[in-house]
Amino acid sequence: MNEPIYKKVAPPEGYSAPGVYATTLDKLVGLARANSIWPLPFATSCCGIEFMATMAAHYDLGRFGAERLSFSPRQADLLMVMGTIAKKMAPIVQQVYEQMAEPRWVLAVGACASSGGIFDTYSVLQGIDRVVPVDVYVPGCPPRPEQIIDGVMKIQDLIKSETLRRRYSPEYRSLLEKYGIQPIN
Amino acid sequence: MSNEEVLKQFLEKFDASDLHASESFDMLTITLNTGRIHDAIKFLRNDLGFGFLTDICGIHYPDAEKQLGVIYHLHNLQENIRIRLKTFVTIANPNVPTVTDLFAGANWMERETFDFYGIIFDGHPNLKRILNVDYLDYYPLRKEYPLEDPTREDKEDHFFGR
Repeated sequence: MNEPIYKKVAPPEGYSAPGVYATTLDKLVGLARANSIWPLPFATSCCGIEFMATMAAHYDLGRFGAERLSFSPRQADLLMVMGTIAKKMAPIVQQVYEQMAEPRWVLAVGACASSGGIFDTYSVLQGIDRVVPVDVYVPGCPPRPEQIIDGVMKIQDLIKSETLRRRYSPEYRSLLEKYGIQPIN
Repeated sequence: MSNEEVLKQFLEKFDASDLHASESFDMLTITLNTGRIHDAIKFLRNDLGFGFLTDICGIHYPDAEKQLGVIYHLHNLQENIRIRLKTFVTIANPNVPTVTDLFAGANWMERETFDFYGIIFDGHPNLKRILNVDYLDYYPLRKEYPLEDPTREDKEDHFFGR
């Protein structure tokens, strides 16, 4: 019988002693942020239904700390865009992204949010990365809940490895300016 | 009331010149010219009881002489009779009188027909695009575009192996 392979999450690098673990502040804050993501489910189409299944009991995204969904961008960390975004909706997605407080991440779920999907028409925005900077793309039409969870886990990896000063860096400012979004600081 | 009676009462009021009536799938269809369409709908609504406007849509026949058409579907709820009215205009002069004074629901339906076919409804209170973005500079459902527009910037050719 093969032993099941569980991916165990390794602790961040640091020095440990009985009762003490010393690591950098980046890693500690990253660990805290990664395990308590508050997503904003921007569910538009079919991918939204797969997200409903992901949040439900069987696939449970709440295990990863994303238990508290927020429909207010002011209180959310992760903008999950799930579904087809029309060109008329594009400025609204950008407005929702602008209202989120730093640090914020964007997950594009599904083919339509990543690239317009099969809807290469006059009315569909060919990917939300035309209006907001995207961190992780989850392909699929629709992606299975396991794939959406994989996307969230990749966001967690990004969060854990992010430096504290990233949002103040000139590269990040120029990234936002490329989209016409005012940097907060 | 049956379709024949409706048509008989209609023809008493509107003479049959430049008018074409037919029946398709048990639904009476009358094609009129643009000058009479408003009075025809007014007569049907007030005198014959067709008080429900089901739909206004447009159509584009690229091979016809009058290429653009507006099609109205009316329904008499008391007697359960439906009727279809068609009127055709040219692309150069796509003007049709509005029926928003008769049916409030025609407001958005005519805006949708304008948005997709470019048919101008004279007298409409707010004729602007409703479903498409405002900066769209063509009328999408007209049949004058090739299936794939090579100048459109939405499609990135290298993803499609071209």
